Amino acid sequence: MLPKILQTLAPQPSRRQFLLGAIATGAGFAVGFHALGGGGAARAQDGAAGPNPFAAYVRIGADDRVTVLSAHFEMGQGTYNGIATLVAEELDADWAQIDVEGASGNTALYGNLAWGGFIQGTGGSTAMASSFDRYRRAGAAARAMLVAAAAEAWDVPAGEITVEAGVLRHPSGRSARFGDLAEAAAARPVPADVTLKDRSEWRLIGNAELPRYDSPPKVTGRQDFTIDVTLPGMLTAVMIHPPRFGATLAGFDKADALAVPGMVDVVATPRGVAVVGEHMWAALKGRDRVQVTWDESAAETRSTPELFAEYRALARQPAQAVTRDDGDVSAGFARAATVHEAVFEVPYLAHAALEPLNAVARMNADGTLEVWGGHQIPDLYQAAAAQIAGIPAERVRLHVMKAGGSFGRRAVGDADVVVEAVAIAKALDWRAPVKVQWTREDDTRAGRFRPMYVHRLRAGLDAQGRPVAWHNTIVGQSIMAGTPFEQAIGGLGFDPTSVEGAQNLPYAIPNLRVDLTTTQIGVPVLWWRAVGSTHTAFAVEAFIDELAEAAGRDPVDYRLDLLAGHPRHAAVLRRAAEAAGWGEPLPEGRYRGISLAESFSSYVAQVAEISLDAGGRITVDRVVCAVDCGTAVNPDQIRAQMEGGIGFGLGAVLRSEITLTDGYVDQDNFHTYEVLRIEEMPRVEVHIIDSAAPPTGVGEPGVPPIAAAVANAIYRATGQRLYSLPLARHGMV
Amino acid sequence: MVTLTINGTRHALDVDPDMPLLWAVRDVLGLTGTKFGCGVALCGACTVLMDGFPARSCQTPVQFAEGAEITTIEGLDGPVAEAVRDAWVGLDVPQCGYCQSGQVLAATALLTDTPKPTDADIDAALSGNICRCATYHRIRAAVHQAADQLEA
Repeated sequence: MLPKILQTLAPQPSRRQFLLGAIATGAGFAVGFHALGGGGAARAQDGAAGPNPFAAYVRIGADDRVTVLSAHFEMGQGTYNGIATLVAEELDADWAQIDVEGASGNTALYGNLAWGGFIQGTGGSTAMASSFDRYRRAGAAARAMLVAAAAEAWDVPAGEITVEAGVLRHPSGRSARFGDLAEAAAARPVPADVTLKDRSEWRLIGNAELPRYDSPPKVTGRQDFTIDVTLPGMLTAVMIHPPRFGATLAGFDKADALAVPGMVDVVATPRGVAVVGEHMWAALKGRDRVQVTWDESAAETRSTPELFAEYRALARQPAQAVTRDDGDVSAGFARAATVHEAVFEVPYLAHAALEPLNAVARMNADGTLEVWGGHQIPDLYQAAAAQIAGIPAERVRLHVMKAGGSFGRRAVGDADVVVEAVAIAKALDWRAPVKVQWTREDDTRAGRFRPMYVHRLRAGLDAQGRPVAWHNTIVGQSIMAGTPFEQAIGGLGFDPTSVEGAQNLPYAIPNLRVDLTTTQIGVPVLWWRAVGSTHTAFAVEAFIDELAEAAGRDPVDYRLDLLAGHPRHAAVLRRAAEAAGWGEPLPEGRYRGISLAESFSSYVAQVAEISLDAGGRITVDRVVCAVDCGTAVNPDQIRAQMEGGIGFGLGAVLRSEITLTDGYVDQDNFHTYEVLRIEEMPRVEVHIIDSAAPPTGVGEPGVPPIAAAVANAIYRATGQRLYSLPLARHGMV
Repeated sequence: MVTLTINGTRHALDVDPDMPLLWAVRDVLGLTGTKFGCGVALCGACTVLMDGFPARSCQTPVQFAEGAEITTIEGLDGPVAEAVRDAWVGLDVPQCGYCQSGQVLAATALLTDTPKPTDADIDAALSGNICRCATYHRIRAAVHQAADQLEA
């Protein structure tokens, strides 16, 4: 979810302080820079002893359970499973003895290395890139220390000891389980260097049969999420957020609410009014009886049609920032034989994770504050909680819970729901632990949406139909502006998340310009699974299809001709086309479309096969997907993320949109904000490119291609190009 | 006082008779496998079985649940449920897992009623259960696999 630009930032302590300072500013309270993380262990360097793996990354109990401490957050994407695979591989653990917990509170150990290591967080499909060496090294070091402990205990040379499936053995017949030696192993010196297995020796990495370690508790109701955190004496709060974005609290009357049995109190927070009860039902009933008055003088009051009209007009004016400028675009258009133009529009989108946002805060008698939540950017949330509580960050302990989905929603610069939980507990004088639980309506209406965008695309073709000029103007809000992340991109002059996917267009076009006009709208926005590529890939891949048609060329051949120098793009495109039977006849009423997108350094092509009924409604019957994400750590989880990304993206193609009327969000629950249901899920086939390249992510890259793949199939079916989403707007579902 | 029979055990609860069964199960009885997703019977995360039929506990006031045999995910057992769970785990259906209590209950009810469901049967029976991770592709496969296992 965090943009690619962060991946390239060099580690700079000052940048980290800016980030943590800015979170405080962003949340509207006093600025303070904090040096977080008590451990202070240095990053492991080649040839130098890293942190003790038993203190940092893997805990082995006397019961023989191996618990991996994950730097990255689990929201369903399988990151815990992937990181556990890396550790278990090098440790030679038994897969059945593995468990995973979220770690936090020590940036030196858990900072995201793909972002330079200066802050802990999960996003941008970076977890595997950040973890691949760190966690394999941790597993190898732990294994070496276990072997050293056994060698000492048995008085044998370490080189004679073998390890397999969690058991150490010596030819003399001696053996021990990990749990027997863990304590002694943790006290051994950390090896200065470890030798990682050659990929030919892997038995877990790349093993398509490896089951996900955490499926069983998810089919028995035993998997706990933040909503399930229950503490002695805990109260439950629901929020009343401003009715329009930018409105502020003027006052409230709680007398009526307090008459509800089980109601406890109604308190103000920096983000709205909190209604606190002994349990959820009391808080919900109480909420209906609170009278709140708002000052809406500064609220956003525009409506969606008005905003789109503004955006369309802006797309025809010179853009604010040129973000890519190859060759001479004006000259290219001047010598083009034909010029083609299209304007694409996409709406605001809610993440709508099935677990509505929540967090739990408890102040302990010793002055430490614990916060349970789906902490996707733990360091920011620790800083925010400390600021609200007025205590040093070292005294805030986060419990990183598995989340019931996120899709980017739990990675927020203003620590929204964490701020709420802590502020409510504080307003109650810390007398009880508090869980704040949003309802679906809160989750749909309170914002942080994928921004709406308008793209204006123009292309000039030469007499042979080859593109000689391309100009993509993008209009929309910045996700990073006004957040702590803005400072991380300070020198760039534009928000890379607005243009990613258009900026890195792979097609060989000599004169190419991408430019951006950033709008100021009072609607809070956020990265939504695959971020910029959710809209850019729709626009550019639908448009390139249109150009292929204009050139009288097959869409696959046309793209391939323009992909010289981009073999990974070309390979996934070919693979998807071949697997889908591209060019072969389809049954009557069936149509295909293809699309290609690189996002977060992973390459994905998809062929959508649709059918059209007599009423002009379409069904997506089948999607064939090819993915190159470098080394495939968990092949079956790569498949799962492609399937899920396609389904997630397809919901937005078919039905989802957030609209505003006079600044009020029109949608509130799943009957108005419709998402994909099972009857609209196509059959999905996933093909993984065999690769020894370093692993890249899969949580997001399955999403971007689907919109254009479907749109391009619709053109084959109807002869009509589709320039706006969702299809529900066009009566096509 | 409301008396509920949940997973074979009778519970006398001193709660508002309008309290949804969802919150009684979760907040009063501590059975947190039943999830809150929408509150208005649109997503299926709160599914329980009442006398064997899937019901949305978020829209079932406790006073209307009296006298029914209520089964939550924690109490779900029997050969059909086991076949469903085996298939779900075998195919690694869950991603985040938040909706899966409801999916497993709904699938168990479907297979109890319709031992050899078609894709259309599955879609119809599970349409009310939203999975935002979109594990639907595997859910369909897992229902078929469970059906095959039960037939064998």
